[in-house]
Amino acid sequence: MIADRQMRSENRVVIAHVYTATTAIALGAIFGVFQGFSRAGAVDAPAWFDYYRILTLHGVLMALVFTTFFITGLSLFVTYRAIPRERALTVGWIGWIVMLIGTAMAAVEIVLGNATVLYTFYAPLKASPWFYIGATILVIGTWVVAYEIFENVVYWRKHNPGTPVPLVVFCAAATFVMWVVATLGVVAEMAMLIPWAFGWIPKVNVLLTRLFFWYFGHPLVYFWIMGAYIIWYNIIPKRYGGNVFSDALTRLTFIMLILLSTPVGIHHEFMDPGISSAWKALFTVTTYGVAIPSFITAFAIFASFELAAIKRGHKGFIATVRSLPWNDPAFSGAAYGMLLFILGGFGGLVNASYSMDAVVHNTIWVVGHFHVTVGGPVALTFLGAAYWMIPRLTGRALWKPEWALMQTRLWFVGMLVMSFAMHFAGLLGAPRRTSDVSYHGAAVAAAWQPYMIAAAAGGLLLFLAILLFVAVAVGTLLQNRKTESMEVEFAVPALSAETTPGALQHLFRWGAVALVLAVLVYAGPIAELVHAPGYSVAGMRTW
Amino acid sequence: MHVHKYERAWLIFGLAMLAVFLCLLAVAAVSNDIVPPSGMQQIDPSTVARTPPFDKPGLRRLPDGSYEAYYVAQVFSFNPAVLTVPVGAKVTFYVTSTDVVHGFFVPHTDINMMVIPGWVNTETHVFRTPGEYLLICHEYCGIGHQNMFGKIEVTKV
Ligand code: HEM
Ligand SMILES: [Cu+2]
Ligand SMILES: [Cu+2]
Repeated sequence: MIADRQMRSENRVVIAHVYTATTAIALGAIFGVFQGFSRAGAVDAPAWFDYYRILTLHGVLMALVFTTFFITGLSLFVTYRAIPRERALTVGWIGWIVMLIGTAMAAVEIVLGNATVLYTFYAPLKASPWFYIGATILVIGTWVVAYEIFENVVYWRKHNPGTPVPLVVFCAAATFVMWVVATLGVVAEMAMLIPWAFGWIPKVNVLLTRLFFWYFGHPLVYFWIMGAYIIWYNIIPKRYGGNVFSDALTRLTFIMLILLSTPVGIHHEFMDPGISSAWKALFTVTTYGVAIPSFITAFAIFASFELAAIKRGHKGFIATVRSLPWNDPAFSGAAYGMLLFILGGFGGLVNASYSMDAVVHNTIWVVGHFHVTVGGPVALTFLGAAYWMIPRLTGRALWKPEWALMQTRLWFVGMLVMSFAMHFAGLLGAPRRTSDVSYHGAAVAAAWQPYMIAAAAGGLLLFLAILLFVAVAVGTLLQNRKTESMEVEFAVPALSAETTPGALQHLFRWGAVALVLAVLVYAGPIAELVHAPGYSVAGMRTW
Repeated sequence: MHVHKYERAWLIFGLAMLAVFLCLLAVAAVSNDIVPPSGMQQIDPSTVARTPPFDKPGLRRLPDGSYEAYYVAQVFSFNPAVLTVPVGAKVTFYVTSTDVVHGFFVPHTDINMMVIPGWVNTETHVFRTPGEYLLICHEYCGIGHQNMFGKIEVTKV
């Protein structure tokens, strides 16, 4: 048994990460609800804090800060609990501090209006160099956290020869193996942008920066999803007294995600010039490939629901659904997230097909799509998991668990309303990333208006839900009621007799394979670009 | 490793669906020529205003009766701002940017391209219904992005 004191000091590291994520989503929600109202024509951003500065903050806080700090916190938490040992926490703290410094640098530049480049910072929009440096430092901080997790995997292997790494740690470590491979792309992009932003090099190759960005940008999405899968496979089954369906299949799923998440990024550039149709077709095929681990996950989760129901003597679909703990905030967050993910999956297949993409590319449809994927399944799973983690981190009982439950339901409804409205408006041609979509009263644009209002209403529900979340997260810290138990248990496999094949126990080797695969798939488009580089561009500040 | 028989069936079903989707896309690409815009022509963004045909943006009629439309995108407008084409016209758009990345999107058509400085992007569309079409920049390009739009008037002949 590890000492209580050891556990408490580990918890403090995790609390730092999780509450940073909480702050990010709270601020992000304020900006988000404002955007909805602005697009509906109900409010205008003041000149001293324009819409695009707000949108940059929303995108960065939600997509980069909230998700990343939550996943680092979660992964450290499961690693610390599943591999109990005496350990120094220096590395864990350094990771958090470095991430925080990077975030603060980037945030200051955005707030000052020196980096109104949205979270994709497409060149030749030219932000202050300190914005790019801050973002790079944030990434380096995540590598420190990755090191901490990998070190624990190595420790486990040394002290438990022949025993596979605990499944939950395997999942967390796989997530970070994928992340390290993916972030190489954005660091390469920063190596181009930082000297350019300082003025040391006059021009930059725009297409190459976009290619590097999306080499990173798509796996970023899978980083979020893997974070949610860690929870779905290992934590949620315990909420309904179930098991993880199969140890080996879970490991296989995560290895497939390591391999397939990266060689797909060009599907974000289907409408770009300078990349020939043949490469776009290739990336359509690889993009469909990355759906396979999600098929396996859907099966594994429903199988686990059903096995748990059968164990308790229920049979059939309705009995199974009713036997699930819908009043448990952690479960209901994840379960509503899964429901939204089914919608998200259909939309994703549309986006990935390059012919259908022409209808929806850069319309508000796309924003609807990623709010039912990252905003729904991922964020809601994380919020639910926070309700499970916070008592186990602080030793305090959750303050107002009924508010927590209400939050998950409100978020589900709000997300449905907002993203359905966005999907429909997108099909009618409403663009994304635009402060005002009235186009001086054009008839085409008038048809979008009802959907803009519906989206704003959905956004308001989401905002109220976040208020509840923050109240519970902060309220728990401010009261002294002790939780019954801080014990942490992870799901065990249903098919426990079976052994996990050796090939499914490697992590770092699969990471190397993933890197080779990514390089191979990107070699074609990059060679094309080297052969015909286009003109480099000086860049400017257009805000 | 043991894979449950339902799971195997589910996976085969999933893979088959993906294969069907991919085949449909391939058929659409080959038979109807539905392919994404992939302009491969390069242009120096600093001299666009002096580079024919972009020195005189606008519509051009070709001997075979089809049209070419040359557009320059820059913060925060399109040149030409208004394009008038007869109904039934087959128009090939050529678009480039002199500054940052812009979008070129006409709702209710399949005209949807990214406009990247240094490159000419291109797409062809046949305007079958008369009326006024909205052309919008649908990539964030700066503080006046929401004001960057134009018109395409498709007239009855
Ligand atoms: C209170 C809840 C939320 C509301 C009301 C909201 C609302 C919006 C709206 C209206 C937009 C579109 C703005 C535009 O294109 O002009 C947007 C964009 C976006 N949202 Fe949210 N959102 C919320 C939560 C989230 C969450 C939880 C995430 C991710 C974890 C997220 C990630 C994003 C991203 C990445 C963009 C795109 C930014 C860009 O285009 O640069 N949002 N949001
Ligand atoms: Cu993607
Ligand atoms: Cu624009």
